[in-house]
Amino acid sequence: MEVCESSKVSLREFGCEQNLLSRPDGSASFVQGDTSVMAGVYGPAEVKVSKEIYDRATLEVLIQPKVGLPTVRERSQEQCIRETCEASLLLSLHPRSSLTLVLQVLHDDGSLLSCFLNAACMALMDAGLPMSCLFCGVTCAINTDGQIITDPTAAQEKESRALMTFAIDCAKRRVLMSSTKGSFSVHELQQCIAVSQKASEKIFQFYRDSVRRRYSKNL
Amino acid sequence: MFHFQKENCRPDGRELSEFRTTTLNIGSISTANGSALVKLGNTTIICGIKAELANPTVEAPGKGYIVPNVDLPPLCSSRFRPGPPGEQAQAASQFIADVIESSELIKAEDLCIERGKLCWVLYCDIMCLDYDGNILDACIIALLAALKNTQLPEVTINKETCAPEVNSEKRRGLTIHKHPVGASFCVFDDSILIVDPTAEEESLSTAQLTVVTDEADRLCSLHKPGGTPLSGEKLQECISRATTRQREIQKLIDKVICSVKTEK
Repeated sequence: MEVCESSKVSLREFGCEQNLLSRPDGSASFVQGDTSVMAGVYGPAEVKVSKEIYDRATLEVLIQPKVGLPTVRERSQEQCIRETCEASLLLSLHPRSSLTLVLQVLHDDGSLLSCFLNAACMALMDAGLPMSCLFCGVTCAINTDGQIITDPTAAQEKESRALMTFAIDCAKRRVLMSSTKGSFSVHELQQCIAVSQKASEKIFQFYRDSVRRRYSKNL
Repeated sequence: MFHFQKENCRPDGRELSEFRTTTLNIGSISTANGSALVKLGNTTIICGIKAELANPTVEAPGKGYIVPNVDLPPLCSSRFRPGPPGEQAQAASQFIADVIESSELIKAEDLCIERGKLCWVLYCDIMCLDYDGNILDACIIALLAALKNTQLPEVTINKETCAPEVNSEKRRGLTIHKHPVGASFCVFDDSILIVDPTAEEESLSTAQLTVVTDEADRLCSLHKPGGTPLSGEKLQECISRATTRQREIQKLIDKVICSVKTEK
């Protein structure tokens, strides 16, 4: 477990552990403050004929909430995560095969979608799947005073007037995915994107440190 | 497709930043409280609003609620199978619910009749009849027009029996606070941006993006479910196109509602 301290853009304490499950081909748990998600990747494996795509792998994302069955909200998050992963994975290297990414919520204390994205990226990395770039998720909340809070807790999310989650790629820090709630001006959007890009650098540095530490132990 | 892009035009003869012809018909379903039919080129979406009386939830005694549902039946395209709604339909339903909540187009407090006792539930059933791309934009237009068309009967609570009494003679429209309108874009290879994609263009594109703005130029949603990244300038281009689109559609809705009123 590693921790990441923050100076300008404030993020909660991050933690990540890879390769903690024995059955999946890649697994990771990601902790942002009290929000915690476990991810497992299976594949490349055989694909159902009905889901087969002739020139690339079929990616399936499943979100398991802490209690109950997945609802419409989870479906829409699944779609966001799947399309983000599809953009960064080199799926054409595994035609006619299936990849399954399972995300299990362990605890939700805000910024859940960004935690999903971070856990997904770490698990894909652990599975050793070829990717064109890494990505990370950043959630920003604009509170009633117009202040931007990165990586908000559930309480901060509830008080906020707008909430945005972005997925940012590591190559050019561009926005891969965006999902918003609440209304905001164009200027506020640009500010949030800029803040998220700054925050993404920290997260990528955390990725690097955590992977480096893991491999230095193994060798 | 690449040949077309070189020439800056599209298979159906449109320019890259041109929407298909939008036609709107309101009050098409006479049995519903409000309804609208939208055609965006070949894409056809119908929206019916059904109002029901219900008890408010304990957490929000002063609020009614809105339940949107997007249905993509096998009729509209060969890509949809019968049975429970697929991922795309569920994601679209969630998107519409988010837009309603984010834009505050209807205040949930307005739907309350008697605090803690009685409120309206608006079931917004949106159905696609013909799927030719860009259903999200069409869904938002259909929803907005149908809500503007909705007439609710007056309800009073009988003091003695405590039972609600519906006066169907006296009807009033809903107060629509905001007019959110969406504009969808497709990205090809991080560089080419096209507006209002058809089903063919959607399946060939590398990323999709929907921007929803209201009349005050505030963004209600910037929905990009993934795909190739987009630069800041391109995003700005999308937003400014979306604001002009909002003006056009709001004008269209007002015109159609006006013409329906004069017919009566």
